Amino acid sequence: MAKFTLPKNSKVGAGKTHKAPAGAKRVKSFKIYRYDPDSGENPRLDTYEIDLAECGPMVLDALIKIKNEVDTGLTFRRSCREGVCGSCSMNIGGHNTLACLKPIEDVAGEIHIYPLPHLPVLKDLVGDLTHIYAQYQSVQPWLQTETPPPDRERLQSEAERAKLDGLWECILCFCCTTSCPSYWWQGERYLGPAVLLQAARWLNDSRDEKTGERLDQLEDPFKLYRCHTIMNCTNTCPKGLNPAKAIGEIKQMLVERR
Amino acid sequence: MADTRLRSPLGRALGLGSAKEGVAHWWGQRVSAIALVPLGLWFCAALVSLAGADRPAVAAWLHGPVAATLMILTIGAVFYHGSLGLQVVIEDYAPSEAVKIAGVIVTKLLALLLAVAGIVSVLKLALGV
Repeated sequence: MAKFTLPKNSKVGAGKTHKAPAGAKRVKSFKIYRYDPDSGENPRLDTYEIDLAECGPMVLDALIKIKNEVDTGLTFRRSCREGVCGSCSMNIGGHNTLACLKPIEDVAGEIHIYPLPHLPVLKDLVGDLTHIYAQYQSVQPWLQTETPPPDRERLQSEAERAKLDGLWECILCFCCTTSCPSYWWQGERYLGPAVLLQAARWLNDSRDEKTGERLDQLEDPFKLYRCHTIMNCTNTCPKGLNPAKAIGEIKQMLVERR
Repeated sequence: MADTRLRSPLGRALGLGSAKEGVAHWWGQRVSAIALVPLGLWFCAALVSLAGADRPAVAAWLHGPVAATLMILTIGAVFYHGSLGLQVVIEDYAPSEAVKIAGVIVTKLLALLLAVAGIVSVLKLALGV
C-alpha cells in the first residue's frame, strides 16, 4: 500500500561527524545512513570526511577505507568489487547503483549514501532481500523441459541464443526493483523489474518447454501488470540493461497467445 | 495486513497464486486509447464548429447518422478507457483492501451510469424524441 511518510521509528536524525585527519589534501564528505536494530534508536546520518588523496577512486573504496580506518562498525555488503556480484547495491547521491562501479568524482559535493529504498533495513546499508529472493524463486528460474534430457548439449541457433542478450547479464543487485514506485507500493504482490527480467530470460530461452506455464503464472494484475512503464528500472540499472523492455515483451507474448 | 512472519518466504511470495487475467484489461486500455485518438480529434473539431450553437442547431447536427454514431462511440470509449485507468490508480494507491474494492465498484458503476446517460442524451437529440 502507498505510504508517503516514514514511520516514527524510521525518521533519520543527525549523527556523528568523523573529521578528516590533519594535513588532508583533498577532503570529501560522505554522509552515510546508520541504523543499529540492537540500539533501539532511530537511524541517523553520520558524516565521514575522507582524504581522497589516500583513497581509491570508487565509492566502495571509500566505504572500505572508512570501515578499515575510521569506523569498524559501518555495515555494508560487498564482494567482487568489479560489478559482477551485485552485492554492493545502495543509493548513492539519490541514485541506486553499485558502490564498486560508482566513481566518487561523479558526485558533486557531499556524497549521501543510503540503503536501497523501501526495503526493511537490517543494519546500516544492508537491506532485507528475503522477499525479493523468494519472488525470484517463485518464477522458477531454471531450464524446464518435457523432453527427456539428451545425451549431449541442448542445441540452440545463434539467433535463438542472441534473444538472451540483454537478459542473462543481470546480476540480481535489485537496484531496479527498489527504484520502482510500483514495487514500493505493491511489492508484496508485484514481482518487480529484476524478477520479471529474469522471467523474460526463461520465456525467451528456445530450449525451455514451459513457456505456456510460465506465462500462466505471470498473467496477473498484480504480479505483472503493476508495471506502468515508469522506466526508473532502466534508468538506474548499473549494468545498462532494460527491464522495462523485457516486461513489455512479456505483455506482448500474453497478447500474442490470446 | 496479516502477520506473515511465520510463513516461509516462498509461501508469502506465491500468495494466492496468479489470477490468470489482466491481458484483457491491458489490451482494452490500449485499443480504446488508439480509438480515442481520431475520436478525440473529431470531438474537438465538432466542439469548435458548434461553438455558440443553440439547442436546435446541435440537434440538427446530431440528426445525421455519422455525427450520432461517432458521438456514441466517443462516449463509450471515453468511459471505458477512463474506468480502466481509474481502476489501476485505485489499485495502486488505495490504503486498504476494503477501500480498493469499494473504489473499483463505485468507479465502474459511475462510468456505466455516465456512459448510458450520455448515450441516451445523444439518442434523444438524434431521434428528436
